[in-house]
Amino acid sequence: MTREPLVRIAKRADAAPTAAWAIRIAAIVAALLFGGLIILLLGHNPFAVYPVMFAGALGNSPAFRETVKISIPLLGAAVAIAPAFKMRFWNIGAEGQIMAGAIAASYFALYWYDKVPQPVLWLIMFLAGALAGGLWGLIPAFFRAKWGTNETLFTLMLNYVALQFELYMQNGPWKDPRGTGFPKIPMFNDAARLPKLLGVHIGWIIVLVFVAVMFIYLRYTKDGYEIAVVGESERTAQYAGISVTQVTLKSMAISGAVSGAVGFLVVSGANYTLSDQSAGGVGFTAIAVAWLSKLNPIAMVAIAFFLAILSKGSNTIQTAFEIPKSAAEVLTGIILFFMLACEFFVEYKLIFRKKSGGAAI
Amino acid sequence: MQTAPFFVIAIMDKPFIELKNITKHFGDTVANDSVSLDIYRGEILSVLGENGSGKTTLMNMLAGIYYQTSGGFSFDGSPVEIRSPKDAIDLGVGMVHQHFKLVEVFTALENIILGLPGDKKPAQAQEELRVLCEKYGFHLDPNKKVYNMSVSEKQTVEILKILYRGAEVLILDEPTAVLTPQETDALFAVLRNMKADGRAVVIITHKLHEVMAVSDRVAIMRRGRLINTVPTRETSPDELTEMMVGRRVSLELERPPVENRQLRLAVKNLSVSGIDGPNALKNLSFEAFSGEILGVAGISGSGQKELCEAIAGLCAAKDGSIVFYPQSGGETELTGLSPKEIRRLGVSSAFVPEDRLGVGLAPGMDIVDNVTLKRHRQGRGMLLNRTSPRALAEKIVEELQVVTPGLTTPVRLLSGGNLQKVLVGREISENPELLVTAYPVRGLDINSSYQIYDLLNAQKKRGAAVIFIGEDLDVLLELADRIMVLSGGELAGILDAKGATKNEVGLLMTAGGHREASV
Ligand SMILES: Nc1ncnc2c1ncn2[C@@H]1O[C@H](COP(=O)(O)OP(=O)(O)OP(=O)(O)O)[C@@H](O)[C@H]1O
Ligand SMILES: [Mg+2]
Repeated sequence: MTREPLVRIAKRADAAPTAAWAIRIAAIVAALLFGGLIILLLGHNPFAVYPVMFAGALGNSPAFRETVKISIPLLGAAVAIAPAFKMRFWNIGAEGQIMAGAIAASYFALYWYDKVPQPVLWLIMFLAGALAGGLWGLIPAFFRAKWGTNETLFTLMLNYVALQFELYMQNGPWKDPRGTGFPKIPMFNDAARLPKLLGVHIGWIIVLVFVAVMFIYLRYTKDGYEIAVVGESERTAQYAGISVTQVTLKSMAISGAVSGAVGFLVVSGANYTLSDQSAGGVGFTAIAVAWLSKLNPIAMVAIAFFLAILSKGSNTIQTAFEIPKSAAEVLTGIILFFMLACEFFVEYKLIFRKKSGGAAI
Repeated sequence: MQTAPFFVIAIMDKPFIELKNITKHFGDTVANDSVSLDIYRGEILSVLGENGSGKTTLMNMLAGIYYQTSGGFSFDGSPVEIRSPKDAIDLGVGMVHQHFKLVEVFTALENIILGLPGDKKPAQAQEELRVLCEKYGFHLDPNKKVYNMSVSEKQTVEILKILYRGAEVLILDEPTAVLTPQETDALFAVLRNMKADGRAVVIITHKLHEVMAVSDRVAIMRRGRLINTVPTRETSPDELTEMMVGRRVSLELERPPVENRQLRLAVKNLSVSGIDGPNALKNLSFEAFSGEILGVAGISGSGQKELCEAIAGLCAAKDGSIVFYPQSGGETELTGLSPKEIRRLGVSSAFVPEDRLGVGLAPGMDIVDNVTLKRHRQGRGMLLNRTSPRALAEKIVEELQVVTPGLTTPVRLLSGGNLQKVLVGREISENPELLVTAYPVRGLDINSSYQIYDLLNAQKKRGAAVIFIGEDLDVLLELADRIMVLSGGELAGILDAKGATKNEVGLLMTAGGHREASV
């Protein structure tokens, strides 16, 4: 006979909500403790570093505004992912869809800024971004509906296609002629830049509108209901007269369109130009945001903001304590890791091997 | 009818397993309320109870799937802790669940030795398996892949897997729900061999005649409590039902006369390719009429599933036609239409599929959202109307006595019978002119089954054409007006249920060829 393994994993039969929250709080405490240990190892005092980290993200209004700015695309992309994940279509292509939207919006920013009035330009850029992103989302959906291709790989690969296309534009057709050999795209004309409200570009309002609309869309509309049924069981959807193909195409178009609009917000609100860093990994981090929020757009607001705090805070401690960038990123990585891991413990429990003979409790 | 041999009584002096005041709560639901029950070696104990009375939950705790809220277990007099399936297996407890947990691409043998220490040669394992099969009377090809197996073969693998691990007590949760009468008999023969070998068998079943035929004692549960344990010899189906339900229930089936018989559905030369082969259904022709229940009998896998799905638009016909004749006149060709198109044409048909959670319902959604299914496009605008489904859900829960913690509980947490009531309730709520039901009482307790029969009769009286795919021939003969027998995807005959005998139907089921019979 083999020995019983030291620990075994079992699904929790009946996770009470209070227990789930206790686990989550324990996870955050554990993350902070573990992070503290790393800070100690780096030769710093955690009790000095943590406060600076949070103050760096929230302590004064410029810092706060910067944190909000970081959370805008994160939140937008998480909202974009929601309908796809809800129907269990694993769209990990938000990154590419953001880039597609950013490229399309940039075209109008670069070449149309003096052709139409400013509000019209904004509208055109928004629509161009949404359209391009939507198209980028539709491609994998179409292939999956038609030929059953794997959407995870497909959306992932399209990220690189979008990025390479951007690099081509940056090095070729759209290269700034005044740039000193360094390939970059020119800054947008003022007309193509989004205005600020309360110190942050109005993208934050647009994203909050996305949150509200997506929340209602998923929960209270016929379309949202169909998405949920397809996610539950495709056979049931068919049986109930729902066209799985149509739902897949429609939801991915929406998912991509929201990502594309986020791309527009990034180039026009935050960076005032297009670069290979425009998406900057947001499309991937957003997956964690969406997942941690259980696809609830309202919860995404809090989670995205929290991740933005971590990101901004880690920037601050880099300069304040001369902690290397990589170490600061390890710290935020650990906190994120604990948060994701705790969702595992909300659903599963570990059973430790009992001492032989003893009737363990 | 088999009664317990005397020597069994002799072994029964000291319990093998004692359940002591077992209580299990799921949130506010009390699934088991202080249940104390003894299990003896060398006996077959059946556990009987209505849907949701806590049978599965109780046995799941013994098998280490759940952990009790309070109470405990003793094995041979000493208290033990069962915290995981592994603990249970170490104590000699094995359970066969209703949903099998086998690796489809593995052979029977590979599945059986899966997870065991690898110091045994396959040849040796195969030999041990052969001995085991011989001892208990199983018939199994150890090298057959699971995906090629019938339900009954898969069940055999599950049981052997448990026996191979040296189980002393075998728990079977509704093992006969998916078996043919012949397969059931074979299973019972095996169980009797195990009993003779001094092992304990616990069988959960809703079929009273099986309880009477195979068990030595019956434990009756109601609403989480153990009501009574009685020796099978000293009881009767009527008494058991009364204990189970709490009041007298008539086990008579009614067959109201057919009235206003009109053609509703005509199937002509229908051929359908199935998963198993190109000819799941071959050249089938029949008609269904309003005010009539057409029973469909056949060994499982004789094309029943394909027939239902073809009518519902879920699988394409290879050949032939399906025509619906609405009450309002005219005719609608259903061949080649999708469920969506059928609905859009206003065809008043409903379908209770065999696979409730995989096809009929959305498992993670609550009762209201499941009742919404199919009618979710109704009403103008983009917003989903949940008000009328909520009212309907309340009505279904009340009228069909669905046991549920609330309307917001995901349906996958409901017990099998309650799940079925939600599904049937939704399907008949629109007063369909054609109602197709596949094994509508599978897994349902006696009381719920009779409720479903009553519902089907009510639909018939209302003027619906009911197609009832069943497996219990006694029920088909009593309830249906005509019985269509399928054999190997072909029509074996259509009989008038009033004059037909079980034997006649049974012969047609295995006939294979085409046989003309009177209508
Ligand atoms: N995991 C769970 N979470 C919440 N409630 C549950 C869970 N499992 C069972 N229940 C509830 O506990 C009660 C007992 O369920 P159980 O499945 O044991 O009934 P059963 O007697 O096996 O019924 P059936 O004959 O329909 O199989 C039911 O009310 C059921 O809804
Ligand atoms: Mg059960």
